[in-house]
Order: sequence, then structure tokens, then C-alpha cells
Amino acid sequence: MAGAVAVKDRQWLPIAEIATQVNAGGLKAVDLVEQSLRTIADKAEYQAIIATLDDAARARAVAIDAQVAAGKSAGRLAGVPFIAKDNYLVFGADTTAASNILRGFQAPYQSTVINRLEAEGAICVAKANLDAFAHGGSTENSDFFTTKNPHDLTRVPGGSSGGSAAAVILDMAPFALGTDTGGSIRQPASFVGAVGFKPTYGTTSRSGVVAMASSTDVMGPLTRSVDDAALVYDVFAGPDLLDSTTIERDSAGYTDLAARDLHGVKIGVIKEYFEASLDAGVRSVIENGIAKLKAAGAEIIDVSLPSLPLALAVYYIVVPAEISSNLSRYDGQRYGYSNPDAKNLEDSYSGARGRGFGKEAKRRIMIGTYVLSSGYYDAYYKKAQTVRTKLVNEFAEAFTQVDFLVGPTAPTTAFKIGENTADPLQMYLADVMTVGPSLAGLTAIVVPTGLSDGLPVGMQLMAAQRADRALLELAKCAEELFV
Amino acid sequence: MTGTLADFMQQTGYTATIGIECHVQLKTATKLFSGANNDAREAPPNTLVNHIDFGLPGALPVLNKEAIHLASKAGFALGSGPQKFSKFDRKHYFYPDLPFGYQITQFDEPIILGGSVRIELEDGSQKTIGITRAHLEADAGKSTHPAGADYSLVDLNRAGTPLLEIVSEPDMHTAQEARAYAHELYLRMKYADVSDANLYYGNMRFDVNVSVSKTDQMGTRTETKNLNSFKAVEKVVEYEIKRQIEVLEDGGTIVQETRGWDDTKFVTFSQRTKEDAHDYRYFPDPDLPPVTLTDEYIEQVRAEMPTMPSEWRERLSGLGLSQRQIETLLDAEVEFEGVSFLPLIEANLSDTDLARFIANWNVNVFTPFVREGVMKLGKADHLRAEVETYNLLKANKLSSTNAKQLFADLIASDHLPEDIEKFAEDKGYIQQSDEGAILAIVDQVLADNPKAAEDVKNGEMKAIGFLTGQVMKASQGKANPGLAQQLIKKQLGL
Repeated sequence: MAGAVAVKDRQWLPIAEIATQVNAGGLKAVDLVEQSLRTIADKAEYQAIIATLDDAARARAVAIDAQVAAGKSAGRLAGVPFIAKDNYLVFGADTTAASNILRGFQAPYQSTVINRLEAEGAICVAKANLDAFAHGGSTENSDFFTTKNPHDLTRVPGGSSGGSAAAVILDMAPFALGTDTGGSIRQPASFVGAVGFKPTYGTTSRSGVVAMASSTDVMGPLTRSVDDAALVYDVFAGPDLLDSTTIERDSAGYTDLAARDLHGVKIGVIKEYFEASLDAGVRSVIENGIAKLKAAGAEIIDVSLPSLPLALAVYYIVVPAEISSNLSRYDGQRYGYSNPDAKNLEDSYSGARGRGFGKEAKRRIMIGTYVLSSGYYDAYYKKAQTVRTKLVNEFAEAFTQVDFLVGPTAPTTAFKIGENTADPLQMYLADVMTVGPSLAGLTAIVVPTGLSDGLPVGMQLMAAQRADRALLELAKCAEELFV
Repeated sequence: MTGTLADFMQQTGYTATIGIECHVQLKTATKLFSGANNDAREAPPNTLVNHIDFGLPGALPVLNKEAIHLASKAGFALGSGPQKFSKFDRKHYFYPDLPFGYQITQFDEPIILGGSVRIELEDGSQKTIGITRAHLEADAGKSTHPAGADYSLVDLNRAGTPLLEIVSEPDMHTAQEARAYAHELYLRMKYADVSDANLYYGNMRFDVNVSVSKTDQMGTRTETKNLNSFKAVEKVVEYEIKRQIEVLEDGGTIVQETRGWDDTKFVTFSQRTKEDAHDYRYFPDPDLPPVTLTDEYIEQVRAEMPTMPSEWRERLSGLGLSQRQIETLLDAEVEFEGVSFLPLIEANLSDTDLARFIANWNVNVFTPFVREGVMKLGKADHLRAEVETYNLLKANKLSSTNAKQLFADLIASDHLPEDIEKFAEDKGYIQQSDEGAILAIVDQVLADNPKAAEDVKNGEMKAIGFLTGQVMKASQGKANPGLAQQLIKKQLGL
């Protein structure tokens, strides 16, 4: 395997340890930033990164070291470099969402998540590649280039947060930010062997992140460990006045996770996930993982969610509907790509959007526009929302019987670049196991579970809305069992 | 067409049906979904715009609580109140003054459902107009298309201003009713204190739907949009009724369409027909949770509602004022910044004479003064000037002419004098009510005008006015004219 990277060799200390040492003066933020930038340069062939923030990152590092030198704490993430998916608005580099229509766009404000991370001393060093506007599961829909899987340069890293996932496994930074609308953190985490956390909908502010689907968009970390994910999440989770859909934090916070005794813990295995066309190698890794949970004392219960097979259909109606609406603002009138040849207003719109959006964005705009159209709304959008409610109720019912649900994250391991691009529907099927929890707003995390033909497989662990802390504790336990 | 529109309608056998949609800008400090300043009246273009109003990537709307508060008040002002549950929807269309590519509005669950408004017509009759609904929405920006230029200009200051769109039932049938309804909405929004309701600044805009029919079935309607005066509402209805009847009588058909109003030519003109109608693709805005109001909140808003015009009409009805006077009072109350006399009248309702005096005074004296722009006093000073002037008048220390003069001086002054009576005295306005002093003048006048005195004695009472005038002249206007007249009669043995 060309350029293969061993999953377990991590170059960075645990994040809490880095921050402690920076605050103690043992590590310098400037050195950490240089290490990050150097690794990014060394591993350019993976094409995980769209842009680096060299000047801004170095300036912040100098300031943080000065703060420490002056005897002040620089925060819980002091000097910790990180990489943001390029749909986060960040100062110091363009924010493109990997789209031509936003090429060259400089954010005049920052996302809340970035502000909160910076307030605790974290340093954004680069912007990671993604499927344009987060539409996809492989980064092949990036308008710029495709990111390569750290384990196999001929394979995709998954997506849409494929650049972020690859960057973490390539040790470009201790953590990276992803966004998850229907699996965009979880599926690439499984494909590269990272921890990928999709928190409960509403616990993370969407303000300042290029919207995909407002009702399922969630911000989350990609890391090397559950503790790292929990710490990063703990820093940016919580209500935000700039996002009306945000909810309160868990009063216990999300760090200092207890070592969970799995005795008495009921874990439901979602039957439907094993009926779909599940790759045999993936099945074996997941079943093996479940056996380890059982051996550690967990009670394993088969659970059926009859509406779950409809989740993908529901997702690909509701989400394009919201996408078609959320992408309306990219019209070439105020910022972003503007048609220089426009002769009139109509021309200006069609030129900007026709040339600025890639194929997948256009496909989703058309699907979304169709399902919201007068005469089709009831048959598609409304019916989909009805089924979505049914699905939410089935999950809620399941969580009265079990504490957690588990299953695979994706039907396969990382596929070959170009393997699914000819058939969009085949590409959408890669989301079949992640969209259900997204539609229900659940908390879900992917933990590296094993290898299939040398490629990583991650188990997806799910819990009820707001049970993020309990889920992180289970994930920490699973992480140790799966080693 | 000859004669009046009513004659024409009677001759041709048509009745008209009118419904009005009214957009009211709510006077919140900040916009409906952003923290940007909402007062766009005099601000330079695109200076009251933040990342939300500009529609930047990642910008999310955040509902302004005060807009819900004001809309709730407007609900009570419209005879209903706010709904416990309402939600926001997206209405999609592309235009450069609409940064999100959709307008955030309320489609099927508006904040106000139902209500009614009683209107006063000039012939003294009243009529109740039903309110279908009123919903909250964000205004778009303002586009201007300079003549001859190959560009258009967009000002986003207004983008995001909270609008309440009030939809009436098609309960009106004449231009006068339409105008009266528009005016009544204006008064109610002002009295409820939810809008500046300044028509010049477009704080209220009217869309007028008109149809005509010879049968019970309603005809095809046209909608004339964006009217910003009561007069335009009236004129558009008149014009459309006449135009539609003429089209139908000529064998034509009315097209369902949006029309504009040319304020200089006094004609409506076609803007777009139904065939061009957008499919707005409404769906619930996933960025905004539904609005749920508690019973406590709704009752709290109800309790803080100020007195509405309809209640004022009832309270003032016992004073023997004409309908026109009452309406003038109601208008004047909200027409002038910093002026408030209805509470003063109300406080004196037990003394009908005083209350009527204050009402008349305001209709006949005060309102014209203020319209001429000489009012300099604040509300409290205005009240004191009015009460003290009245007290001097009541105590016979002022003639009504001098009272007006005194009041004119007072309201035009930069600082209200501490001692108004002394100020009046210094100005020479205080009238002579000392019987002895006036009697001396009366005697002199009677001696100087024997012919007139004789005429009065012979019952020609006209002459008494002349004599009184002579007394006033001799006293340099200071004599109390009532007293002077009494003394003239007494001296002549009448």
C-alpha cells in the first residue's frame, strides 16, 4: 500500500497533555504550529488541505507563548493546532466550502465554534478539503481536488469531512473539525480509522458554518481518541445567541469521563443495519466488536427499527429541500463568483449559479426545488417529514428498552476513487447507516474497531438526544476494548 | 361615465368587493432577525446591515422578541390577540434586494388569526371589517433603477425590518370604506404604539384588491400594490371599479393581475399577470423554532394595551362633539410628536363643560397651531399651558381672543413661563373684570353713542354688539366683554 500510515502511531500527545505542557512552558505553541505546517507540507500528496493559515497561525502562536511567558494560562487548548473543514468561516484564509462559487471568499466574521476554540488557545492552521458544500461521501465532489485515503492513495477518505479525517490520521494536527449532516463526520472516521463524533443536534452552534441542511447540520471533532474528542467538544458545545436551534449543555460537562463498567448496560444491535447489503469484512469487524462489548459485561439486545430502511429516502428528500433553499443566497450579487459576462439580471443569476455550482450541488438544488414545488410538496416533502417523525418515535421507543444502539457506520470500507462517481445513487447508499441518527437528531460516535483487508472499520455507537456524555463514556470504554 | 361613481354603478348594476392587505413596519430597535439598527429613515444606504442582513454564508436568523411583543399588541388592537403557537416559513424568489434568496414569513400558522375593526364613515355610519389574519415577515431591501443607467442600486438598510401584514376580509364595497379602513388601521397601529406608522417613510403600505360583479358571485380581482396614502387607496378603488366595469361592459374580461398606481396620472397599470406568478416553495424555516406564547405572556400584553380609538370614541361620545371633531382629536393625538391631550380630556370627563372646552380648543385652536409648526413645548408643558390658559379663561381673566393669543405665545416659546398669569398680564392679555372700572367706560360709551343706545332700548339688539365693541376698544381690549354687555343692558334699564 503506497503511502500507508499505521493507524495507531500517533505523532501528537493527547490534547489535554499538549495544553498542559504549553501552559507550563514545556512546549511552545510556535513549535507546535511549525510541526503542523511541516507535516501538512510533507504530506501534500494526500490533498487533504485547501489552504494553510501560515501567518495568522504563527502570529497566534507567538501571542499564546507570550501569554504563558507573562504567567497567564492560555486556556484548555493552549497552543493546540487544529484544522477546520473549509465550510467553517475562519479569519486568515479563504472560506470556500470547496466550491467554485465561493472561491476567494474571505469571511468577515468567524463561526462560533472557531471563536470558542480560539478563546481556549487553540490555533487553526489549515482548512481541509470536503465535497463541495458538504454534498457527498468521498471528497470527489470537491470542486478543487479529491483527498486520498491515508491508508491507500487509490481510495477515498470518505466524506464529506474527508480532508479533516485524513488530516488527523496524517498527523497534520491533533484534531480537525468536521460537519455532519447525514454522516459526514462518521463515515470518513470509519474509512480512515479516526474517532468521529456527531453530537446531539442543537448542542453545537451552526453560526458561521456554511449551511447544508439546517435541521440536521451538526459540528463535531475528528480525533485520534475519545478523550480528545470529548475535550474539544466540551470547549465548543452549548447554547449560542446566534443560533436559535441551540440547546443547553449537559451540566456535568463532557470531560473527565468515567471508566464505565459495562455490566448492566443494555446495548441494542440494530437489526436493519445487518440486513442491508453489508460488506462481509465490515460485518465481521463489527460483530467482533459487539462480542467484545458483550464479553465486557454489556447486555446485547436485538432491536428492530422498521422505518429505518426508509431513512435514506426521507433524507434525500428533506435534505435537498433544505439545501435548495440554503444555497439560494449564493447568487453572485454580493460576494462569491459573479458572472462577468452578464447582460441582464437573469444572466447574472444563471451565470453565477450555472458556472459556480458543481454537478452535485445542482443535482440537489433540482431535487430540493422539485420536492418543494406546488403540487409535489405533499407527496414528497410533507410525506417525508411524516416518516421522519415515525422514525424519531421508533428511536425514542428503542431508547426506552436499551441505553445505546450500535451498528456499522457504512456498508463498506473506503472505496476506490472513481468507483461510485458514475452512479450518484450508489454514492448516496454509502450514507444508509448514518442518515437515520441524523434525521432523529441523536448523538452518535464512530470508534475505530478493526481492519478489513487492511482498511479501517469503525463501529457507530448511538444514544438518545442529549445523552452525549454517556455516549462518550461508552465510546471510551469501547475504544479500549477494540485496541 | 357621467355623474358620480355610485350613479354609474347603479346604472350598470355592479357592486364592488374590496379587500386590503396592509404592511406595517414595527418600531423595534433592531431588525426582525438581526441586531442591526431598524431605523432606516435617514441612514445612508447599506449602513444598517450586518452579516445576517447581508446573507453571508453561515448567517442564521435570530428572532427579535420585541417584534413578537409588538405583533401581540397589534393583535389586540385588531380585536383578537396573538396565537399561542405560530411559526416561520421561507418564501423563495430571487431578487437582488432579497439576500437569502427567500423571505422569512409566516405561511400557514401566523401570529394573528381573526379579528375585526370597526370603521367610521363620513356620513356618520359605522361598519365592521373582518380581519382574516396578520403575519410577521422580514422586509426586503430597497432597489432603485436610475433612469438611463445600465445598473440598479440596492440598499439593504430596510432588509430585515419587521413587517406585520394585515389581511382583511373582502368586506368593503366602496372607496370611502376602503379609505376609512386604511385610516382606522393607521390609528390603531399608532395608538397601540407598535409602529411609527409614518406613511411618508413607507411605514405603512397598502395592497388593494378590487373586483366587481353583477351577481352574488365575486368577479375576478386585481391587486394594486404598494400604496402609501389613504388618498391613493381611495383613488385606486375608484379607478379600478370604474375601469373594471367599463372593460366588462365593453365585452372584455378582467385579468387576475398585479397592478401599480401612478400617483401623478392617477391611473393604475398592469405589472404582472397570474401566469407570471412565482411558485414560492414555502416550507417551515428550519433555522427558527416555532413561537410558543404562554397564557401569562398573552395576558400580560393584554393588560398593557393602551386605550384604542374605538374606546376613545365611546368615552368622548357624551360631550356633544361632532363625529368630525372626535376624529380630528383622534388624528391630532397621534399626528404630532410629543402631544397628548386625550388623557387631559378624559381626566375631566366628569366636568362635561370643561372636557368639551378642551376638545373644542384642541380641534379649533391647538391643532391648527401645531400644523403650522409653531409648537415648541413638550408634552408636560403643553398640558400645563392648556390647563392654565383654560383656568384664566374660566375665571374671566381672559377673553377668548386673548386666550388664543396667550396660548399661541406659550406654545411657541422655548421655555414655558413659571407664572403664566403674570406672563399674560405683562403681555396685556388679562381682561378687566372690575365692575366699577368697566362701568365708568360703559357710561362714557353710552354718552358718546346716544343713537345706538336708543336703538338698543327699542329692541334692536344688533346695536348692543356695537356698543360692547366700543367698550372693548376704549378699554384696549382688557374689559371682559360679557360683563361689559351686562352693564350696558343694566344702564339702559333692560
